[in-house]
Amino acid sequence: MMDKVILAGFGGQGVMFLGKVLAYAGMGSDLELCWIPSYGPEMRGGTANCSVVLSDEEIHSPVIDQADAAIVLNKPAYDKFAPRIKPGGVLVVNSSLAKLDEVREDITVIQIPATEIANEMGNTSIANMVSLGALIPHLNLVDLAKVEKAMVKLVAKRPELLETNLTAINKGMNYQG
Amino acid sequence: MEKVLLKGNEVIGEAAIRSGCRLFFGYPITPSTEIVEYLSAQFPKVGGTVLQAEDEIGAINMCYGAACTGSRVMTASSSPGVSLKQEGISFSAAVGLPMVIVNVNRCGPGLGGLGPAQSDYYQSTRGGGHGDYRTIVLAPSKAQELYDYTMLAFDLADKHRLPVLLHTDGFLGQTMEPVVLKERPEAPETDRSWVVDGAKGRKKRILASYSLTNEIGEANNLRWEAKYKHIQETEQRWEEFHTEDAEYLLVSFGTTARICKSTVLNARKKGIKLGLIRPITLWPFPNDAFVPYKDKVKGIVSVELSMGQMIEDVKLAVECKMPVELYRRQGGMLPTEHEILTFVENTFNLSAVEEV
Amino acid sequence: MEKIFGRSKGLSDVPFSFCPGCTHGTIMRLIAEVLEELDIIEDTIGVSPVGCAGFSQEFFSCDFIGAAHGRAQAAGIGIKRALPDRIVFTYQGDGDIAAIGTQHAIHAAARGEKITSIMVNNAIFGMTGGQMAPTTLEGMKTTTSPYGKDVSVSGYPIDLPRLIANLDGAVYVAAVSVDSPKNINQAKKAIKKAFQVQKAGLGFAFVSVLSTCPTNWGVSPVESLQWLRDNMMPVYQMGELKVTEEVKSL
Repeated sequence: MMDKVILAGFGGQGVMFLGKVLAYAGMGSDLELCWIPSYGPEMRGGTANCSVVLSDEEIHSPVIDQADAAIVLNKPAYDKFAPRIKPGGVLVVNSSLAKLDEVREDITVIQIPATEIANEMGNTSIANMVSLGALIPHLNLVDLAKVEKAMVKLVAKRPELLETNLTAINKGMNYQG
Repeated sequence: MEKVLLKGNEVIGEAAIRSGCRLFFGYPITPSTEIVEYLSAQFPKVGGTVLQAEDEIGAINMCYGAACTGSRVMTASSSPGVSLKQEGISFSAAVGLPMVIVNVNRCGPGLGGLGPAQSDYYQSTRGGGHGDYRTIVLAPSKAQELYDYTMLAFDLADKHRLPVLLHTDGFLGQTMEPVVLKERPEAPETDRSWVVDGAKGRKKRILASYSLTNEIGEANNLRWEAKYKHIQETEQRWEEFHTEDAEYLLVSFGTTARICKSTVLNARKKGIKLGLIRPITLWPFPNDAFVPYKDKVKGIVSVELSMGQMIEDVKLAVECKMPVELYRRQGGMLPTEHEILTFVENTFNLSAVEEV
Repeated sequence: MEKIFGRSKGLSDVPFSFCPGCTHGTIMRLIAEVLEELDIIEDTIGVSPVGCAGFSQEFFSCDFIGAAHGRAQAAGIGIKRALPDRIVFTYQGDGDIAAIGTQHAIHAAARGEKITSIMVNNAIFGMTGGQMAPTTLEGMKTTTSPYGKDVSVSGYPIDLPRLIANLDGAVYVAAVSVDSPKNINQAKKAIKKAFQVQKAGLGFAFVSVLSTCPTNWGVSPVESLQWLRDNMMPVYQMGELKVTEEVKSL
């Protein structure tokens, strides 16, 4: 079983960190995993992105041709990566920064106003965590408990962020569109 | 054993530390820079020295000097930087100096780009600099191998008194994967009677590569030739993946080799008997790996991130007994597992095979 | 009978093979005497370059490594960083250190590398048969400046000690000559200080020694000394160019 996930947005939206949360969640449960920052031509074009492959068996090709899931935090990221989701896959869109006219019918598109929810919490920079919350129920190999465990490790140096991040993730999980 | 999540380049640094290396001379260049950064942060904690040299030439010649003392020493760079180091590598090979040189291959020629490439294959496997020499070249394909082969590189360098090149790329360097930090293998017993560390209670030693007469020159070349031959006979390394019953073979190393593994599995699902030979040592090239398949396999595809460089070694290894084709991406692009399979199917007319 | 003069212990038993009138032998002898007097022969590792100075590896009794052209200092720094308690010196010609290897000279000085570098400046490439060096004087005829060095084409002579003296990591910089007994004595003092500086771990020490090349200058050995005095000394600043307070108190 595998989760191939793409994470994309503007630089500064915490895209790489999002990837690291998933990677550490995989680490904590002894999954095989790859965290791949954007490289080559994908580095250009105003979006930052990374991808994470989680698997319960050895990962051979780390190159994501068709992703199982993606989080896109803005419109350029949506435009770029929506076509890269495989039919039946899941796409979480930060609808605060990406207004969509029409969406693909063959994938599950979750539109969540992540930036607005983050702003309500008084911290605009945790829109990434809100979006992650929306994705978690759709992942095969990672659940909330694993993400919480990873978060404890990742913010060990700034424990005050732990509760904020976990609250944001919960808000994302419980969001009813 | 400790399991950590690190960037590929950092894995190399960690392996160097755990191999007992305490000297690093380098110059920053993308996409290799995390190696010098990691060691700059970690070496002071273990009493090691990182010296950021004035240039790549300085760095490799500092390695040359340090290696003359018998100390484990490393440098790392990316393609254009490794080009600059070639003179020093030639001198190090001539004197017989153990050292580990990491090339995080980026695409070229010229300044090129930062994307992954394997276009330094010729440079790495043919000696790279002037004169007739070789360096052992190891090609890891994932983070754990970056760790394991770095350790192996130091041991092989000591064992054969030769620079060892670790050939990786920006993709492996930037990707994070879990790595088990294995203990250092028992270092081989090595002859230290050649090192220069001050002539205390012994005759002076000179480590140099100038041959005063042509006769001395030829004797040196013959001695080196014998050493290279011995390495070719004893140090070929490779991995085989679904080769036992293979009718077709992919040959690929590094990043593309792991992509090819997915291709092989996909092909098998379609009933195509595809296998993979992954050279681990690019030099010596694993000719022995091909011996059992020379008369058996119907065709081979060399999958590379270059205009096609390793393919020459593959053709020599199978003595051109079967078609050897090339599938390549260049300029920093990586192939997908699917496009490789499509190429195999089209090249060998396999599209009619039934799905199983 | 009491022996009052002999071969320095710092030298090997290999006889010098330099051209008649060349002062390389004198300079090497001075270094050898200094190694002996400071009792550091067994602690010393020399680095030889490419060029006539490259033969130095044969003539000293200490360990030696041979470096690529211009890379002696980089190689020496590698040794010193690996074995900080050893004495490391480079013995280089002007073509080696002031042309193809200048970057290492500048940065060795800037970083205050604790090595000693001796430059032998004869204003010409000797080994390769008398080509122009960056140290070649204006109007001087060489095989690559057969009509005399035209500074509008080839630039002015580079005075490396003056450059090095400007860098904070260089703690002792001297320019000396071995054209007369008096100057030979001064040269030895400078060389000795350059090794004492390293023994004390103070920083980079650099001594430039003006030298002759009768063969490629096309003059007799005797004339060459006068030629050096008349032509080189006015161009290259002589004496101790830099002596830091720490070095003075040695």
